[in-house]
Amino acid sequence: MAEEMRIVLRNYGKIDPLKIDDYIAQGGYKALEKARSMDRETLIEEVKKSKLRGRGGAGFNCGQKWSFAYQAQADQKYVVCNADEGEPGTYKDRLIMENDPHTLIEGMAICAYAIGATKGYIYCRGEYPHLVGILNTAISQAKEKGFLKDFDIEVRSGAGAYVCGEETALIESIEGKRGEPRFKPPYPPSEGLWGKPTIVNNVETFANIPVIVEKGADWYASIGVPSYPGTKVFTLTGDINNKTFFEVPTNTTIRELIYKYGGGIPGGKKFKAVQIGGTSGAFIPEELLDTPVAFDNMAAIGATLGSGAVFVLDETRDIVDVVTRIAKFFEHESCGKCAPCREGTARMYEIMSKINSGKGTTKDIETISRLGRVMSCSCLCGLGQAAPAPVLTTIQHFKADYHAKLV
Amino acid sequence: MGMVNLTIDGIKVSVPKGSTILQAAKEVGIKIPTLCYHPDQSVKANCRVCVCEVEGNRLLQAACSMPVTEGMVVKTRSPKVIEARKTILELILSNHPQECLTCARNQNCELQELAEEYSIREYAFEHKVRGLAKDTSTPSIVRDPDKCILCRRCIDACSVTQSVYALGIENRGHHAMVVPSMGKDLIDSPCVMCGQCIHACPVGAITEREQIDEFLAAVADPDKIVVTQIAPAVRLAIAEEVGMKPGEMPMDVFVAGLRQIGFDYVLHTNFTADLTIIEEGNELLKRLKEGGVLPMFTSCSPGWINFCETYYPDLLDHLSTCKSPQQMFGALVKTYWAEKMGIDPAKIYSVSIMPCTAKKYEASRPEMQDSGYRDVDLVLTTREIGRLFRMSGIDFTKLEGSSFDSWMGKYTGAAVIFGATGGVMEAALRTVYEVVTGQELKDVNFTAVRGMEGIKEAEVDLNGTVVKVAVAHGLSNARKLMDQVRAGESPYHFIEIMACPGGCIGGGGQPITKSNAQRQVRIDAIYVEDENCEIRKSHENPEVKILYDEFLHEPLGHKSHELLHTHYHPKNKKYL
Repeated sequence: MAEEMRIVLRNYGKIDPLKIDDYIAQGGYKALEKARSMDRETLIEEVKKSKLRGRGGAGFNCGQKWSFAYQAQADQKYVVCNADEGEPGTYKDRLIMENDPHTLIEGMAICAYAIGATKGYIYCRGEYPHLVGILNTAISQAKEKGFLKDFDIEVRSGAGAYVCGEETALIESIEGKRGEPRFKPPYPPSEGLWGKPTIVNNVETFANIPVIVEKGADWYASIGVPSYPGTKVFTLTGDINNKTFFEVPTNTTIRELIYKYGGGIPGGKKFKAVQIGGTSGAFIPEELLDTPVAFDNMAAIGATLGSGAVFVLDETRDIVDVVTRIAKFFEHESCGKCAPCREGTARMYEIMSKINSGKGTTKDIETISRLGRVMSCSCLCGLGQAAPAPVLTTIQHFKADYHAKLV
Repeated sequence: MGMVNLTIDGIKVSVPKGSTILQAAKEVGIKIPTLCYHPDQSVKANCRVCVCEVEGNRLLQAACSMPVTEGMVVKTRSPKVIEARKTILELILSNHPQECLTCARNQNCELQELAEEYSIREYAFEHKVRGLAKDTSTPSIVRDPDKCILCRRCIDACSVTQSVYALGIENRGHHAMVVPSMGKDLIDSPCVMCGQCIHACPVGAITEREQIDEFLAAVADPDKIVVTQIAPAVRLAIAEEVGMKPGEMPMDVFVAGLRQIGFDYVLHTNFTADLTIIEEGNELLKRLKEGGVLPMFTSCSPGWINFCETYYPDLLDHLSTCKSPQQMFGALVKTYWAEKMGIDPAKIYSVSIMPCTAKKYEASRPEMQDSGYRDVDLVLTTREIGRLFRMSGIDFTKLEGSSFDSWMGKYTGAAVIFGATGGVMEAALRTVYEVVTGQELKDVNFTAVRGMEGIKEAEVDLNGTVVKVAVAHGLSNARKLMDQVRAGESPYHFIEIMACPGGCIGGGGQPITKSNAQRQVRIDAIYVEDENCEIRKSHENPEVKILYDEFLHEPLGHKSHELLHTHYHPKNKKYL
């Protein structure tokens, strides 16, 4: 098996997550101390220079995001950790929080210092109730040891809505409202939680921070693909031998992920497609497998990196059926706020069901293509914009599978 | 303020920083379609029909929410934009009932208009109506959730403008729907029936309970004598229903029109508006003199009464015991007027024409039967009268005028201004001043209490006693004054509250009102009418004088208490 590179999972299996001393023994909270010895602008500059980009899916430069919140004038600022890991097939954030909660807390505390926030929230996926105890234990330990100083962290549990992984819907949910996205701009770094400057970062993003502060931006920026440096945690599911997780540098290709790390397809079957990034990810055919798993490289092939879920389908799988089920997922998870997503996800499932049951026509493919095109550029938030990707990319790469099912 | 330069469809435009694309486009005469946008509400950006292309952006941007930036290049009608808008409209229409021909908003529907503008000719998606039940639980408002397009303007009107919080969203995705909060039916919610949601609705999902057929049946019944009263705010707005500008239909032509559609007698609520001033003014003076509960609140607006009974049941003693002019009229028409006219009150079918949906509820209150009959048999809104006028085929430009019938048809300028926010206060001050000081009021115009500002205040010196008054319109403004009273911090003696923004001219039964600017035009028309009145003080109304001489004998007297005053009941909405 090829070599992994563990940055965010550096303490995985090495420490007892409930013992802060284990974390400290591995050098934990040293980065926080170092960060606090730097002035804020230098610290943010360092994070910027590392070119760390958000690991939640949008891939925005983390340091730049911080600088917006730092520059914003306000009596209160917030740091929010997006731990609403709702993408099916994704469990990277759970791994971090289960095994090394302090790295998240340290990352958040560094961010809080950088932007001048005194209050933080961890918005934990509703289906991870066991993590709430772990996180709270870790927070109280860090407080007891005096690491957090005036920074408070509260754990909030989601209620199972996929859309609450969208940062503004998550903010609404923390505010006690219906979990629905807000229009942007304004973006959270200028107007976020309760209208105050807010940094929302993913668990994996925060977990990178202590290491970057400790080892320096140059070291980090030299790992993987320069435009999206560092590592990425991938969780492998579907028709693949090693159904597990790997943290790899971003210059690793999809092919390496599947064949080197994943051990290839079971039963000697042929590869059909891989969906990367979660349910809203694009389906990628064989000929594009040499693409590195970095943000811009993926964008160039019309795909996304998303949450890092890798869902492999072998040659026996009915891709139209798979996409129909995905369409049902989005029909179920649309919040209903904006018209094209609310109506569009339902119609997408309706038309996919029609095609999948052998009643579709070429006109249906035209209609669903137009619908997907419109949704991807018109919906209010990322959910509706990304929902058509599985449909559109399979029509693009596996058109024959669709035509085989038409009337 | 700094200016931002941008280009929209090749046209250069410079707008203040902070403007949206929608505002900038309007500057250069480019119409961008909207559905969830409302000029007096916060931006929602949920319908997405206003999307535009912004150079350098893969995503289309909602014009209503996107702030302009220096050098921005916007395309509002590129093929990508047109495809998106058409598709979104098709999606919305695909579960919208195709009942345009029988819809109350036919030809006055924002969705219908856009479907026409974008040449939607067929359904790209299977037409499926949700099949949700109509909510007919209130006497005032009917909701048809099948027609709802989830723009949420009604929720904004109910929660932000009115702070009533009767509407919310339930379920998600395409199962999402606007529902009365805390209950299955509107009647179980805190709804005060003000009808502001009707104006906010771009389609026909919320309407008044239409009772045109009941009116036609009464007219057809030879045993019924159909008598009407017209509320002060109606005439200004009725013109809009027949294609004229606010205030453009002369009063005598309006009266003639009402006779044409079948009313046997045409009287005026303005008469009892003047009467209200006498009763309420004296009540205020009594409270001031005898140390009664202050501040006293006006009680003309039934939406406000419902609000007070729902949210401020502890403050009901502050409400004037005066019935609203509608109900004073109802109680008198089947007693005093019937007697004077020699008509059997049992035969009188009393119809009021109101700018208001809550009036339908008010007329149905069990306590409103002091004449021995239901005091007001039927309430028709301005919109319903508009429909009856259009049904009649009358050409109002050619109709010869007619005057009001006797004994309850005369009115003063003070009654006219009841229709605008601050009007009741101003009318009361005109009378109270003269009653207390015994001097003639030189300038009857109390301009401090006029206009669209949410809360207005004034002070009047009554022979050394300074009376402080406040006026609020729109219930969220009322709430501010009420919280002050509840906290024991209200500096006022007398407070006028109108449930609807702008007062009755913006009432829930008025022609569909799309902006506060439209309300302002009606308000302007009302003060013109006041200026043109020969008599502008309620206590100088000659017919009111006759009423007191012959029937009531004195303000707040025995007969008044029997017919013109009432009491209020907490709504006991337990969940609040």
